[in-house]
Amino acid sequence: MNIVINGIHYEVEKNTTILQACRKAGIDIPTLCHDDRLEPFASCRMCLVEIEGSNKLVTSCSTVVKDNMVVYTHSDKIIEARKDVLDLLVGNHPLECLSCDKSGQCKLQDYCYEYGIIESSYNGDRREPYVDTSNPFYDYDARKCILCGLCVRVCDELQCTSAIGFGNRGFDTVVTTPFNEGLINSKCVSCGNCVSVCPVGALTPKVQKYRHWESKEVQTTCSYCGVGCQLNLIVKGDKVVGAQPSKEGPNDGLLCVKGKFAYKFINHPDRIKTPLIKRNGKFEEASWDEAYRLIRRKINGIKEESGSEAFAGLTSARCTNEENYLFQKLFRAVIGTNNIDHCARL
Amino acid sequence: MTNSIGEVVDTDCMFVIGSNTTENHPIIGAKMKQALKKGAKLIVADPRRIELADYADVFLQLKPGTNIALLNGIMNVIIEKGLYDQKYIEERCENFEELVELAKKYPPERAAEICGLDAEDIVKAAVLYAEADKAGIYYTMGITQHTTGTNAVMSVSNLALLCGNVGKESAGVNPLRGQNNVQGACDMGGLPGDLPGYQKVFKPEVIDKFEKAWDVKLSSKVGLTIPEMFNGAHDGSIRFLYIMGENPMVSDPDINHVKESLERLDFLVCQDIFMNETTEFADVVLPAASFAEKDGTFSNTERRVQRVRKAIEPVGDSKADWKILMELMNYLGYEKKYLSPADIMDEIASVTPSYGGISYNRLDNGGIQWPCPDKDHPGTKYLHKIAISRGKGLFMPSEYVESAELPDHDYPYVLTTGRILYHYHTRTMTGRVEGINKLAPSSYVEINEETANRLGIEDGDRVQITSRRGQIETNASITDIIDDGVLFMPFHFADGAANYLTNSAMDPVAKISELKVAAVRIEKVNGNKSEVV
Amino acid sequence: MSDVKLTIDGQKVTVANGTSILEAAKQIGIKIPALCYDPNLEVVAACRLCIVEIEGSNKLQTSCSTRVKEGMVVHTESEKVVETRKDVLQLLLDSHPNDCLTCQKAGDCFLQKYAYEYDLKFREHDGAMRPELLDTSSPYILKDDAKCILCGKCVRTCAQVSERQVLTFAERGYDTYIACDANQTLETSSCVSCNRCVTVCPVGALVDKRQLSKLRSWEGSSRVVNCKRCDYGCEFEIVSKDNKNISVVAKPPTNGRPLCLKGRLNTELEYLNQPEAPYRKIDGRFEETTWSKALSLDGILEKIEKMDSIKGSTGEE
Repeated sequence: MNIVINGIHYEVEKNTTILQACRKAGIDIPTLCHDDRLEPFASCRMCLVEIEGSNKLVTSCSTVVKDNMVVYTHSDKIIEARKDVLDLLVGNHPLECLSCDKSGQCKLQDYCYEYGIIESSYNGDRREPYVDTSNPFYDYDARKCILCGLCVRVCDELQCTSAIGFGNRGFDTVVTTPFNEGLINSKCVSCGNCVSVCPVGALTPKVQKYRHWESKEVQTTCSYCGVGCQLNLIVKGDKVVGAQPSKEGPNDGLLCVKGKFAYKFINHPDRIKTPLIKRNGKFEEASWDEAYRLIRRKINGIKEESGSEAFAGLTSARCTNEENYLFQKLFRAVIGTNNIDHCARL
Repeated sequence: MTNSIGEVVDTDCMFVIGSNTTENHPIIGAKMKQALKKGAKLIVADPRRIELADYADVFLQLKPGTNIALLNGIMNVIIEKGLYDQKYIEERCENFEELVELAKKYPPERAAEICGLDAEDIVKAAVLYAEADKAGIYYTMGITQHTTGTNAVMSVSNLALLCGNVGKESAGVNPLRGQNNVQGACDMGGLPGDLPGYQKVFKPEVIDKFEKAWDVKLSSKVGLTIPEMFNGAHDGSIRFLYIMGENPMVSDPDINHVKESLERLDFLVCQDIFMNETTEFADVVLPAASFAEKDGTFSNTERRVQRVRKAIEPVGDSKADWKILMELMNYLGYEKKYLSPADIMDEIASVTPSYGGISYNRLDNGGIQWPCPDKDHPGTKYLHKIAISRGKGLFMPSEYVESAELPDHDYPYVLTTGRILYHYHTRTMTGRVEGINKLAPSSYVEINEETANRLGIEDGDRVQITSRRGQIETNASITDIIDDGVLFMPFHFADGAANYLTNSAMDPVAKISELKVAAVRIEKVNGNKSEVV
Repeated sequence: MSDVKLTIDGQKVTVANGTSILEAAKQIGIKIPALCYDPNLEVVAACRLCIVEIEGSNKLQTSCSTRVKEGMVVHTESEKVVETRKDVLQLLLDSHPNDCLTCQKAGDCFLQKYAYEYDLKFREHDGAMRPELLDTSSPYILKDDAKCILCGKCVRTCAQVSERQVLTFAERGYDTYIACDANQTLETSSCVSCNRCVTVCPVGALVDKRQLSKLRSWEGSSRVVNCKRCDYGCEFEIVSKDNKNISVVAKPPTNGRPLCLKGRLNTELEYLNQPEAPYRKIDGRFEETTWSKALSLDGILEKIEKMDSIKGSTGEE
């Protein structure tokens, strides 16, 4: 298929959408409701483009490339249309960037900056306040919702739980659970995948405060089950303050409740912070050197009396490959026994 | 897993047996449900009507401990109806005749009677599985945690081979590994008979290779498994135990026996991120860094080696486990120094053929699935593609044998155990997350309505459960997802721990305890209504 | 100088005599919020945000201007302090436009930072707001008086260079604003666009106009370079995104470094992929100009060309 985008000629495969063709060509098209993993929804109208020979602007996410199509992505007409979309959205969006936790990673904010929407030219009705704070991990604030439907579709199409849907109609539409029973009473399994895809501050984690610009992200592998989900730990200073799924890896941008929300053990005050040696039945703080020396003395003594087969070690399915390798090496090469096992059977 | 997680969505038929996938491997569970949306068929076999059962084309609510009878019954139907893959068997398998002989003994009616099922459902499941082009079997501890676990795994493999589902995309035999790096711990030689890469300690050429690589003398005597270690500690032959990142005082069967064993040790070293029920018995506790505080790799259930990256500094004076182990080795006179986990991985690659091509440089571009024998090898998406690894797929027919402990007059109920979505293993991590504890605060036992009515137990009642090995108290949760006469408990909770009750009788080959079947009795505690539900 | 021992939020600290409470707290990692304080500028104790409670004193004291005393016991986050700080911040917010949505300063704004820390929001009210005075006359600096919190840092930093002293306070009370010379614009005044004022402004009242609409404070990455134009070696931040150097931002002047327009333009030309056209102020009017004129290189370039051509034609080694 041949396509001309902004005067430059490209070749794309059949059944490619205009949006996909543009992204492949490195042309940035704004979207609020689009996610590569989901069926096109064409609701936010931000991805509008102009096609030569057509009067109407079309949504690039849902329009498939036709051979020899001539497309404009940033004509004056399109820019004006996008500005109108943003103007309407902001007109019905609380201006709380001062304190909104999403500030800095909010797509509505990004596009308003890019398209110069300083404030809305509309001064009409605003959405009725409606919040659902019943889930222990995250909140929904309908005032900030732009009804892009990403949360509903991720819950339905990818997580396949279908706990949430659209409620009410028209201007009063909100994202809600059946019969407004509240998230805690719904089928919701707290996976937080809705929170991870929300482009604005409507679905936000209920956790410690941090500003996006004070944090950094580090990609790692989840430490819970054997699926090995890839996630980005959000770090502020010396603390982990959040987790965001990565689209690389077996999880394809999804997480479960443990991966998304159960990271708070990391900085928990109960963490053991120094070696402990039991003296007279009580644990006392010790230095690493003391602990190592005591272990060495015991190992040497018992080895002399009873030989290497009196030793055994439980290595750990929670530790890394490198650590498991060193553990069995310690037992086999240094202590001299094959008495090594771990909880593979539990 | 022979196959990859990503392949699940393109399968034609999923047979989920002994796996509550949506709770214990939620992302794979989600992929299974995505596959259903695309038209895949689903067979679920489980003693509980788990979430997946609601979407199943056939749900087989079998009695705990009867997997082999069910699998043999299914194979009987497939063979009788001629639905097996004859060409595949001829080209790629051996010992088919013996399987045919065995399967003859398990007509669906007999299997149904053993398993407590309808024969029709077994036929339906067999036809669904056999007629699918790409059919995958997914299982976890529901298959393995039995005294007949090894034979059940063989039976699963028999079924997959019978229909040509091994070495095929979106099919295969897929044990879903429970913990983040249980695959890696096995790969790295965290087993009594295996050096890294499953190289056997009893093979002289293996010992020779590692003696050269590590420059030390090595023992070729196969070591002890965990239950054998505890027995050894109990009888005094094991005097020193080093436990890194485990909590057997909650996770292992027959906790009373574990406790006595730990008390009899001369010296116990525990290395962990939190104090737990086991560290209480330690002589020395070494503070370890959490996964967020260190570099390394985990190998997931689809054999994918993936990077763990340091996000913050170790808290307090804690150290990464690799650092502690290296320093201890150095104290003990083994001088090798590693500058970073990348160094260790280079050594792993040099002695472990399946990890031969893995290095941190390569992993920065994404995970690699082993086998990856050299640095140009892309990794292996699914196993046995060209041929079965051992040459030919060997049918290993296995008879159904009853569980070690069956209900009787004194202990009339079957207790089975498992995991739930919200907690991980012994709760040392998830138990410290407020929201998690709100959703899943405490231990409970699932009881069928009829059982409960008979015993005068109401939802939320405090109940006492007793087995031949121990006694605990917990809360009753009345449900219709479990059959009359069967009880289910999650094992995560130290208070009201299911493993005081479980049977440590083992599978003779894999040395797995029969955590899925124990005979118990249950009674209401003095009519005290519990406050927590 | 002798040392003084005192207690701040339960922590004991020993500091040199003459140290302010604010600086003493900083030494033990306690950051007291402040809007008008800058260690490089004269202390004026105007914003009242740095107030602390001192045991034995009824009145809250501004920690930037109060010196430590032996045995002093200070509370920097007591209920009374927090309540007062919230009042101060709320009053500032009440007369500040709500446009963090697109404000160039967002993410780097102290008013936003403290409002977030102390859980404050803009509120709707019928009271007066600061007049919407926007000085767009300069191609280098955007001066938005509506956002000004009158901390006076710009006035003080401008005054530090004796030949500049452009910015001053004008009017009184609620009508106070920052003026350029005697009510001139940035263009008509004697402002030399050194951007010292921009570097110290805690809010979005004075922003670098050449940053506008390019990127948000939290985007991209930056590194610091030293200007090579003169021996002062003033510091500039090169901000880049997607492997492109997008803008040059002046760092606050320290150690007597003056900052100047020429140095900034020089740095822009040296590092940026696509620097915007430079402007020169001629007789109180900004005019677009060429780079060689902006950097006063006209004569030198001509001469270099001439010398090179002589060298080239004679074929000398």
